[in-house]
Amino acid sequence: MEKMTLQVNDLCTSFFTDKGEIKAVNHVSFDVPKRSIIGIVGESGCGKSMTARSVMRLLKYPGKIVSGSIAIEDKELTALTEAEMSNVRGEEISMIFQEPMTSLNPVMKVGKQVQEVVLLHRKVTKQEAKKEVIRIFEKVGISEPEKRYECYPHELSGGLRQRVMIAMAMICRPKLLIADEPTTALDVTVEAQILELMKNLRDEIGTSIILISHNLGVVAELCDYVHVMYAGRIVEQAETFELFDNPKHPYTIGLMNAVDSLEKKQGVLDTIPGTVPNLLDLPEGCSFEPRCGKRCEKCVECVPELHEIAPGHLVRCHACGQEV
Amino acid sequence: MEKKNIMDAPVLYDEQNTFRGVMKRLFRENKLAILSLVIIAIFVIGAVFAPWLTPYGYEDIDPINRLSGLSKEHPLGADELGRDVLTRLLYGSRISLLVGIVPTIISMLAGAVLGIVAGYMGGRVDSVIMRLADIMLAFPSMLLAMVIMYTLGDGIINIFLALALVNWASVARIVRAETLKLREAEFVEAARSIGVSNFKIMWRHIMPNCIPSMIVLFTLNIPSAILSESSLSFLGLGIEKPMASWGMMVNIGRQYLYNNPELSLVPSIAIMLIVLAFNFLGDGLRDVLDPHLKKQ
Repeated sequence: MEKMTLQVNDLCTSFFTDKGEIKAVNHVSFDVPKRSIIGIVGESGCGKSMTARSVMRLLKYPGKIVSGSIAIEDKELTALTEAEMSNVRGEEISMIFQEPMTSLNPVMKVGKQVQEVVLLHRKVTKQEAKKEVIRIFEKVGISEPEKRYECYPHELSGGLRQRVMIAMAMICRPKLLIADEPTTALDVTVEAQILELMKNLRDEIGTSIILISHNLGVVAELCDYVHVMYAGRIVEQAETFELFDNPKHPYTIGLMNAVDSLEKKQGVLDTIPGTVPNLLDLPEGCSFEPRCGKRCEKCVECVPELHEIAPGHLVRCHACGQEV
Repeated sequence: MEKKNIMDAPVLYDEQNTFRGVMKRLFRENKLAILSLVIIAIFVIGAVFAPWLTPYGYEDIDPINRLSGLSKEHPLGADELGRDVLTRLLYGSRISLLVGIVPTIISMLAGAVLGIVAGYMGGRVDSVIMRLADIMLAFPSMLLAMVIMYTLGDGIINIFLALALVNWASVARIVRAETLKLREAEFVEAARSIGVSNFKIMWRHIMPNCIPSMIVLFTLNIPSAILSESSLSFLGLGIEKPMASWGMMVNIGRQYLYNNPELSLVPSIAIMLIVLAFNFLGDGLRDVLDPHLKKQ
C-alpha cells in the first residue's frame, strides 16, 4: 500500500447546543495518499468545512471532536496538547480559507504576515525569513515581490490576496494543505489561475491537498479522489474518473444532474427535491431517504453501510448493488 | 508559472491610515479639529516654556499689587497674595496637561489589556474582568475619585492613581466589544491555522486593529480627566498647595468674584478651551478613522 499523508478514522464531531447535539461530522473516514489531491464535495452545511476544521483542530465552541482518530504520518493529532498542535499548524498542516478579503490582517503588511509563519516555525533571522518570503512570493506568481512585501491587504486584488494566503500556507512546505473553497470568492479567470497554481505546488513541493468545494467542475479538474458528503456522512467515495463516469449514489447523481452544461440545451436546471435534513433531528435510516427517488423500506429502517461496489468505489446506499 | 497574470496591477499607493493621510483628510474635512490642534499646541508650548515666558515664579508674592486687576505688570491680574495670574496659568497648564495625559495613558493601557484578554479568552476570565468593570462603573466616578484622594492625601501621583482607577473600566468595555468582533474575523482564524499562539494573536493581530478606536477614546478621555482634576482641585482635594492648578485657581478666585472676576474667569476659560479643543479633535479623528461614519 502506498504511504498516506493523512488518515482520518471514524471521526465524529458534534456541536453541543442548547437544543441538543448536532452531529456535524458523523463517522467519517478517509485517507489522503502522498502527493494526491482529494476533494470533498457536498452542499452547504453537509459537514465538509467541519471535517477540515476538525483536522486542524480549529473548532469553535461549542464544537468538539467526540471520537475518532486523525493521524498525519503516524502522529495522532487528537492526542496532542494545544501547544503541540500549534507547532503542527503551519508546519505540517496548513489551511487556506474561502474569503481572501478577510483572511489577512488589515493593519499588517502582507509580507510581515507571511514572515510570521517562518519565524514561528524556523530558527532563522528576520532577514533570512524575508528572503524566503520573497522567494515564495515569486513561486506563487506574485509579480514585484519586494514591492508587494510592503503592501497592506487592501492594496491588493482578491486573486493576489489568495496568492498571499497560499504563500503563507505553503512557505513551511507542509505535508498537507487544506483548501476550504479557495476559489469561491474569486472570478473564473482568477479561479483557473489559482487552481493551476495549487496543482503546480503539489508537483513541486509534494504537498497533499484536501480541496473542499461545492463546485464539481473544480473538483473534476483537480482531484485524484473525491468524497461526496451528505448530512455529516460520506455517501460515496471513488477515484475522480470513476465517480464522474459512474456515479452510483442517488445524491451524487442528483448533484451531477444539477450542473448546467452547454450540451443539455434545456431551459430548467435539474434540482434535487426537498432540503437538507435538520442535523438536530436526523432520520433514523438513510439521511437522504426523504429526498431519494430510489428509496425502499430498508432505507427508512437503518443507515446503510459504506460498501465497495467496484475496486476503490464505495457507496452508502441500500439500492446500489449490495448483492453484486 | 511563466504566464503573466492580468490581475497583477501596479501597486497602488493608498493614503488610508498613515499619519500623513489622516492629517491630510483631517485638514480637508474638519477645520475645527485643526484649530483645536493649534490651541492644544499653544497650551503645550506654554506649559513647556513657562519659566522663560514670564519673569515671575508661580509662588512669587508681590504684596503691593495684590488684587490689582489687569495691569502692565500683571496682564491677567494678581491674586490675593499678589501672585501673577498669567504665570500661575502657564504653570497650571503643566498640571492640567499632565493630569489629562498620564492617567489617561495608564487607564488606556490597563483597560486595553484587560479588555482584549476578557474579549478574547471569554468564559470565566471574561466574567471576572467585566463584573469588576461593572462594579467600577456603578460607582459615581467623581465620588470615587474624591474618596481615593481623601484617603491617599493630596499630591499629583495620587491624582494620577485616582483618575486611572476611575477610568479603566469604560476603556475595557469598549476594547472588549471591539475584540469580540475581531475574534471572529477570518484573519484571526487564519493566524491560528498557521500556529500563532494566543498571546501573539492578541498582541499582534487584535491590538493593532483596536488602535483607531483607542486613539479616539484617548482624545475623548483627556478632557474628562482634566475636568475631573479641576473639580477635585476646586474642592480642595487636588495637588499640594503652593503648586498652581486651574481648578485651585478658580476656587481661590471664588472669594473675590465681585471685585476681581478675572481670578476665576481666566482659569475657567483655559479649562473650557482645552477641554473643547480635545473634544473637537477627538470628534474629528473619529470621523476620519471610522469608515462607517464617513460621508453621511
